[in-house]
Amino acid sequence: MGNPMRIRASAAGDVVEVKVLIRHDMETGQRKDAAGTVIPAHFIKTLVAKCNDKTVLESHMGTAVSKDPFLSFKFKGGAKGDKISVTWTDTKGDTRTDEVAVS
Amino acid sequence: MNQSRRDVLRISSVLGLAITAGLIKPSDVFAGEWKANVFEAKNLEAAVKALGGEGFVVSKDVTVTGPDIAENGAVVPVSVASAAPNTEFIAILVEKNPTPLAASFTIPSGTEPAVSTRVKMGGTSNVHALVKADGKWLIASKEIKVTLGGCGG
Repeated sequence: MGNPMRIRASAAGDVVEVKVLIRHDMETGQRKDAAGTVIPAHFIKTLVAKCNDKTVLESHMGTAVSKDPFLSFKFKGGAKGDKISVTWTDTKGDTRTDEVAVS
Repeated sequence: MNQSRRDVLRISSVLGLAITAGLIKPSDVFAGEWKANVFEAKNLEAAVKALGGEGFVVSKDVTVTGPDIAENGAVVPVSVASAAPNTEFIAILVEKNPTPLAASFTIPSGTEPAVSTRVKMGGTSNVHALVKADGKWLIASKEIKVTLGGCGG
């Protein structure tokens, strides 16, 4: 299981703004360590955000997303107290889900 | 413990085990598979083609927002918004990167067609937003200058 994400979800009227900060190295596979060995690629490939059971965003990512990916988006139809869940899966098959209530 | 609880536990643990054992990939559980051919395309034209967006038109409905000059190419904040109705897909491409496609987003109905994220840029480049709306492909770009490239060590 990866590192915990920080998710913030706040409602203004029926628009919910979601900001996610994920902890992940997002290695491109182009960097070398001090010994000159290539550090293998290791990055998040897919991410799904849901509000209760409805998918509100799906993302596919590649090596050009910055380390510790940040994502921000808005959707309609959410309300305070709804559950926002974000799930990512990476190239090693590792996956992580975190949840937060809309405030 | 009652039977339905046992069922839930059994099913979720079997799913988890199946994923761990590699029998089903987590990508099978998500709608829309991550496609290597789009993310490994080595130039802008190939990436756009792999996405199916070759027939794009430049559109003022799509906006790319970011710094004019990024001090750190490893972390460049980019936002894309589309005012085109029925926007369903947004892709962010960094033209001069070794593999231009940085990320793509599927926008379900109800979600605003606007995303913000941070990308790595190897050097000064145009950043393109390729958007699919109402079955049509639209594009907009912004040049972002980079002083310190962010792809390699």
